[in-house]
Amino acid sequence: MTDESINITSVEEVLTANDAALTEEEIYEKSKFSLETENLCVSFHGREAISDINSKFRKHSITAIIGPSGCGKSTFLRALNFMHDLTPGALVSGSIKIHGKDISEYDMTDVRRRVGMVFQKPNPFPTMSIYENVSAGLTLYKRHKRKELDEIVERALVHAGLWEETKDRLKVSAMALSGGQQQRLCIARTLAINPEIILFDEPTSALDPISTSRIEETLHTLKKDYTIIIVTHNMQQASRLSDYTSFFFLGKLIEHGKTRTIFTSPKNTLTEEYIIGKFG
Amino acid sequence: MTDYYSKIRDNSSRRKFKSRLMLTLCILAAMLAILPLVYIFFYTTIQGASSLNLAFFTELPKPVGETGGGMANAIVGTLILVGLGSVFGVPVGILAGIYVTEYSKNFFANVVKFVTDVLSGIPSIIIGIFAYGLIVIPMQRFSAYAGGFALGLLMIPTVTRISEEMLKLVPHTIREAALALGIPRWKTTLRIVLRTASGGIVTGILLAVARAAGETAPLLFTSFGNSFWSSTLDSPMASIPVQIFNYAISPYDEWHGKAWAGAFVLISLVFIVSLLVRIATRNKYSQN
Ligand SMILES: Nc1ncnc2c1ncn2[C@@H]1O[C@H](COP(=O)(O)OP(=O)(O)OP(=O)(O)O)[C@@H](O)[C@H]1O
Ligand SMILES: [Mg+2]
Repeated sequence: MTDESINITSVEEVLTANDAALTEEEIYEKSKFSLETENLCVSFHGREAISDINSKFRKHSITAIIGPSGCGKSTFLRALNFMHDLTPGALVSGSIKIHGKDISEYDMTDVRRRVGMVFQKPNPFPTMSIYENVSAGLTLYKRHKRKELDEIVERALVHAGLWEETKDRLKVSAMALSGGQQQRLCIARTLAINPEIILFDEPTSALDPISTSRIEETLHTLKKDYTIIIVTHNMQQASRLSDYTSFFFLGKLIEHGKTRTIFTSPKNTLTEEYIIGKFG
Repeated sequence: MTDYYSKIRDNSSRRKFKSRLMLTLCILAAMLAILPLVYIFFYTTIQGASSLNLAFFTELPKPVGETGGGMANAIVGTLILVGLGSVFGVPVGILAGIYVTEYSKNFFANVVKFVTDVLSGIPSIIIGIFAYGLIVIPMQRFSAYAGGFALGLLMIPTVTRISEEMLKLVPHTIREAALALGIPRWKTTLRIVLRTASGGIVTGILLAVARAAGETAPLLFTSFGNSFWSSTLDSPMASIPVQIFNYAISPYDEWHGKAWAGAFVLISLVFIVSLLVRIATRNKYSQN
């Protein structure tokens, strides 16, 4: 199986196959994915928002999710770490697998710690300092030694590209940071809990070009340790940043493949029309 | 030909006049709001000054006919009764507020909201009679417990209502951020959402405490009053408002002075407690 062939049909082939009947090569192939969804559907008050999403996300890669507004990108992303749990009227069906194991076999908080999420609008905890914000996911989970915390906080801030700007004022309120800094703080906060997969829902849509490029750099360096899924409306961003691209339309996954392929020779005419800007 | 500009000038001067008028009215209203407090403060100080001395804070009340003495037991009593009331009323109020906003948007939550609204409208004397029936009669004695219970009941609606309003102001994105970090729901609520809302909730608690500290009616039926130190919490206990009441309806001038002094102490007490709580719970990262 080559990379090019990761599209809906190949996903179905692998997933419907009985695990016991897999060849060694196929098992190896499977182990390369950290996250898979199978017939994932989400409906709100009986109205379907996304339906039958079959997708796989490769380890150490960036996957961009693109599609017109309202097509269900956020809904899909939020389903991956149980965020619909709080939404009244939301119903999720199908299955999600982390490292080939269904998430029902994990604990809910455990899934959320493995699958981190950074939201569209920066949302630091307003009553906490920069340091407390980054360490919140750790200290509120279990006790940590001060020294250990200091190290993790520093590493997370360095990783998120915020250390230089904040190392002298870690005790200052998080609200004293600029929007772009706050977003990087939220990234650091997510990195601190050391997830395996990080979901980004339009993380740069509210930011200026400089902050955006810094965050893109950050994502690029994060790739070697994490599986990254990013929703974006910015085609340039998708093409320069991602290895794979999924195109969503009206709640369906229309096409998934290598970013280069999707942007140069998409199979589906809808994908092509969306990418060249005919609609959306 | 009429001067075109004059029309605009007319307009703007009329607007200015309206603006000034509104501003003046606002200032007047604000002064009206603080005037009674300032007046009461000065008046009680002047009236009570002759009785305000060290003995007032350290000695027990003297029987009729003897001069001197103080209100030490009533001052301590009020602190204990309000403390008991807070221990009961504040957690119940906050938890009810959390339940209504965080955990449930169903019929029962609406019932809770409605009932707390009704409860806040019930005259305090009725709360006193209720506590009398529930605690004093079965125990067959007036007690500090009964007084604290009555004061706690009075505090619940205020605390619930304000907790609810303040929790509602916490943006939903804050909760999502916490949950997305794998922080369990209850910790998210207690350690992040409640903390974010804490400034406003403290204000609500202080309002409730201040009101409870000044209540007389519910205490008449519950903690009753005591001319001596109360040795236990299940015996009658003196309190400043009840003592003021007793002194004020007496025919003796000296006792009237003591009632004024008591009023002054009560106001000061509420003021000091408010200030201390504010300082203690001040969050250096809060927005305002
Ligand atoms: N909490 C909700 N309750 C009801 N309907 C919802 C809810 N969240 C999303 N939807 C619906 O689901 C559909 C998909 O919404 P979603 O937010 O996933 O779109 P999106 O692709 O992220 O759009 P955008 O690019 O504008 O962010 C929309 O039709 C929306 O109305
Ligand atoms: Mg969205």
